[in-house]
Amino acid sequence: MWIVSPLALLLLWEACARLGFIEVRFFPAPSTIFAKLWELIGTAGFWIDVGTSLRRMFIGFFMGAIPGLIVGLAMGLFRPVREICQPLVAALYPLPKIAILPLILLIFGIGELSKYVIVAIGVFFLMTINTFAGVANIPAIYFDVARNLRASRWHIYLTVALPGALPGIFTGLRVCMGVALLLLVAAEFVGAEEGIGYRIWWAWSVFWVTNMYVGFAVIALLGFLSAYFVDWLERRFLPWQRRQT
Amino acid sequence: MPDKIVIREVGRTFDVKGGVFAALDRVSLDVQDKEFLCIVGPSGCGKSTLLRMLGGLEHPTSGILTIHHGEADRPLTAMIFQEESVFPWLTVEKNAAYGLKVTGTWRGPESVERVDYFLEKTGLARFRTFYPYQLSGGMKQRLSVARAFVTNPEILLMDEPFAALDEQNKLLLQQELGKLWEENRGTVVFITHSLDEAVLLGDRVLVMSSAPGRIKQSIPIPFERPRTLMSLRRTPEFNRITQELWDLLRDEVERARAEESGRVAATATVTINAESAG
Ligand SMILES: Nc1ncnc2c1ncn2[C@@H]1O[C@H](COP(=O)(O)OP(=O)(O)O)[C@@H](O)[C@H]1O
Ligand SMILES: [Mg+2]
Repeated sequence: MWIVSPLALLLLWEACARLGFIEVRFFPAPSTIFAKLWELIGTAGFWIDVGTSLRRMFIGFFMGAIPGLIVGLAMGLFRPVREICQPLVAALYPLPKIAILPLILLIFGIGELSKYVIVAIGVFFLMTINTFAGVANIPAIYFDVARNLRASRWHIYLTVALPGALPGIFTGLRVCMGVALLLLVAAEFVGAEEGIGYRIWWAWSVFWVTNMYVGFAVIALLGFLSAYFVDWLERRFLPWQRRQT
Repeated sequence: MPDKIVIREVGRTFDVKGGVFAALDRVSLDVQDKEFLCIVGPSGCGKSTLLRMLGGLEHPTSGILTIHHGEADRPLTAMIFQEESVFPWLTVEKNAAYGLKVTGTWRGPESVERVDYFLEKTGLARFRTFYPYQLSGGMKQRLSVARAFVTNPEILLMDEPFAALDEQNKLLLQQELGKLWEENRGTVVFITHSLDEAVLLGDRVLVMSSAPGRIKQSIPIPFERPRTLMSLRRTPEFNRITQELWDLLRDEVERARAEESGRVAATATVTINAESAG
């Protein structure tokens, strides 16, 4: 069912382009875009761009997500950690991460590291906040059950805090995938020699509008696949959640 | 019989906005080994607070509370809560086994058998691989009963375990709990607001007074076991005891109500003052 509405939109777009209702120099017909995509898929450059972007996204993602997970859990479990970190996170989180991109480029240079870092920073805060919320929202009764049985600290962390926080952690993963992609593309616009973001920017500078659209399509597809991947992980690891189907 | 629990002059206060609130005041009581003690009292009189102290979840602010720990290889207490407390992330089977796992008393096949036995007894054996979201409210409460019994605690603590259930489920569960206890006798402290339930299950019923909670009276329940509510209800003795309990309780409930509205009125005054000051 989910395929129906995007398909309808594409058909409408195609019709408008062919009938001359929209300016094809700015809005090329989907058929033109897919033909171009097909052509580019056969080139090595396309795969280098996609591979580079994916690698940057995943390395940056893990660099941010793992520390975020640890800090979020620690904030949820230990009051001193919470009291130290909460004001910092509250102050830094709302800062748009794109705003500090120039600073990141200045510190880490124009190379790969700056791409990892900008993605990692965005992911870190989201992961911290969602993991913390995940722990904080566990009903106290579950901790009471474990404490009443004189469960050890480690047992309480492993059998109550961690599983109880998993729904929050997965919410974090889901939003982080989108943010990672967004920050990566922005970073590739300004300081990169390859990658999907770089390719879009380059297509703009030489006015190859169709190639720009190919870039959009690839990003949309990556966004869709990563969301799907998180859903798949969630179904696998949280079989206990009631879900509406 | 020896005393399992000795409570002397126990008090508990909570810091609240604008002072301290006394939830329990100089409570003294003894619970014998293998006694089934029921406690009734108006809501807010500190029953849960008292039970949570016995379960190691709260501390008294005054007085002494002693529990005689007999055997090292059994957990001291296992609590059954009024609210849903089964872990949503564990299957029925794993929920039932939870206590053995975290108390380090898991003994392989012997424990598997024990889990099976109580799942069978609580009618959950067919649902062993289900997750709690797939169970009804009554089944979840039966599961928390099973989880507590599986650990074979020295003392079972139950805080209005059936209060949230519908009447039919409640009747069945009371009956099943009575049977389970007769087969596996241990010390039980059982809080309820149902007088029928208290008389059906208890060897003795304590009536508590309204806040700050105190022990008002202790009534022994003389009926032979096994008991069923239907047969008890036909005896004049049952009616006499429930009537007596209700007479004791009614004054307290009325007083608790008056105090509650007093507390609300007091808060309202504070708010008005604060507003006029600001
Ligand atoms: N953590 C707490 N902080 C402040 N007041 C509390 C706390 N726990 C319980 N109380 C108060 O203590 C009184 C007794 O509570 P509780 O033991 O739950 O009563 P019961 O179980 O008899 O209904 C209530 O008035 C309640 O508001
Ligand atoms: Mg209560």
